[in-house]
Amino acid sequence: MGELRLMKGNEAIAEAAIRAGCDAYFGYPITPQSEIMEYLAAEQTHKRTGMVFLQAESEIAAINMVYGAAGTGKKVMTSSSSPGISLKQEGISYIAGAELPCLIVNVVRGGPGLGTIQPSQADYFQATKGGGHGDYHLLVLAPASVQEMADFVRLGFELAFKYRNPTMILSDGMIGQMMEKVELFDAQPRAKEFDQSWVITGTPPDRKKNVITSLDLDPADMERHNLVLLEKYRRMQKEEVRYEEIECEDAEYFFVAFGSSARICQKAVSIARGEGIKAGLIRPITLFPFPTGVISERAGQAKGMLTVELNTGQMVEDVRLAVNGKIKVAFHGRMGGMLPSPDELVNALKEKIIES
Amino acid sequence: MEAKDIIKEENLVYSKTKLLTDKVLTYCPGCGHGVVHRMIMEVIEEMDIRQDVIGISPVGCSVFAYDFMDIDMAEAAHGRAPAVATGIKRCWPDKYVFTYQGDGDLAAIGTAETIHACNRGENITIIFINNGIYGMTGGQMAPTTLKGMQTSTTPFGREVELMGNPLMMTELVAQLPGTWFVTRQAVHKAVNVRRTKKAIRKAFESQKLKKGLSFIEVVSNCNSGWKMKPVDSNKWMEENMFPFYSLGDIKVDGELVQK
Repeated sequence: MGELRLMKGNEAIAEAAIRAGCDAYFGYPITPQSEIMEYLAAEQTHKRTGMVFLQAESEIAAINMVYGAAGTGKKVMTSSSSPGISLKQEGISYIAGAELPCLIVNVVRGGPGLGTIQPSQADYFQATKGGGHGDYHLLVLAPASVQEMADFVRLGFELAFKYRNPTMILSDGMIGQMMEKVELFDAQPRAKEFDQSWVITGTPPDRKKNVITSLDLDPADMERHNLVLLEKYRRMQKEEVRYEEIECEDAEYFFVAFGSSARICQKAVSIARGEGIKAGLIRPITLFPFPTGVISERAGQAKGMLTVELNTGQMVEDVRLAVNGKIKVAFHGRMGGMLPSPDELVNALKEKIIES
Repeated sequence: MEAKDIIKEENLVYSKTKLLTDKVLTYCPGCGHGVVHRMIMEVIEEMDIRQDVIGISPVGCSVFAYDFMDIDMAEAAHGRAPAVATGIKRCWPDKYVFTYQGDGDLAAIGTAETIHACNRGENITIIFINNGIYGMTGGQMAPTTLKGMQTSTTPFGREVELMGNPLMMTELVAQLPGTWFVTRQAVHKAVNVRRTKKAIRKAFESQKLKKGLSFIEVVSNCNSGWKMKPVDSNKWMEENMFPFYSLGDIKVDGELVQK
């Protein structure tokens, strides 16, 4: 068994990054994720593992430091919260276009604009549909516990390097700030070898120069690059879908929710079951690639689905695409840092699905 | 005598550095970019550090610098080259890292990244080509466009009351404790080319000292953007750019040069 600790979600991310052999972190303070950089600074990562920690002058600078460092083949990450992630979008697009691996953490807060520092899931569209300009996708992982905050750092890096694609951990202020027991995985060493087929480390005599770029002015070449990316996203959709099913075997009514919403839904499932309603929960863990298959399958046995999100209705669009009109899909959302109670969700299930 | 009789080892007086590719330059005839590219590649070849050099190309005319320089390079988002260089250098502190940027890239959209990389004293080299205009997008006003200078977005000349003053970025970064070597050079004459090359060599040597950032401004012409013949543009540069952007070292070994 790994080391057990009581930690904040944000701290778990930071500790997991060090243990995952992360080489460099570049970030800029923003609530509610600043503990990530404060933890790394306090740990003196340069002494502990040699990991670089640098507070940049802006989110824009931070993501471009990530772009440069990721180009050298090192394991690099940044973290921020919604307004800061918006600022990073240009850089994220370049990273996706240049096919660089990195980890980006978004501890989401409410918006639009400066919004609130309270938890929200309003960045679902931004995270899963691209976010910046051009055709691209991030691998998006949605933790629902402090344990997953830690575990998804390692998984996020693995996936990022497997596909040479940025991974985003889409968390929120609730999971970032709350404390839970977490079992930490053992520290792994930082990498010493780098894939010389693409990294920029200076050109040794035995290979040609490598160039990190997302630019191609030849239309045919650019289209070819878009198709390469598309093929990669399809491979992710085939191989990387992750989800959790709770009480789904005999369920007639389904909650579909990710992250912190899913935790509240889990309680709602048990309340509903206590009232004789056969409820279940499908929790997408990868938001891209989205678990379309399982939702489509479960629609065959379901009488209705209620998507619960901390926003005005974003993932529900993907749920409806998966269900494809077979059954009713309703939505229940809260905004601005307001959270639904489990009872509120059971009532919403009754009103919007069972009794409608 | 035929050409083949002349092409002999003993007659060789000049050859192109191997670190410049044979790709046809996309720069306009008369432009200074190609010369600066050559100087950088010659320095890298002479120092024999190709296996340890990483360059960063900007957005602007020199966006394709990586096609002409035969070394590992990254192409940065507009203005972000100093941040990209910071990320690389922090991960590989013993490598040589340089950015190659124009005035719009470095002194407008990338001002924050430039100032902060300089202020942190990143052990990198910034090569800053200042021609007072946005060349690639068709000759719009740059932060360094001179007072009264005509561009496509200042067709009646830059009015400083409305559009601000030309930004003396190089003097500005020289004030920061993180810069180690700051100089302003040109490449329109052989003597200036030699001085620029010497400055580049000094900047690269300085990276080994880990004492801070080296910043080399090269005042250059943009005959296309200025709507002049190359020779006229060089003359115009001498008469108009140099009085404002005076050539010479501004900071050497961390000390401001007294003038």
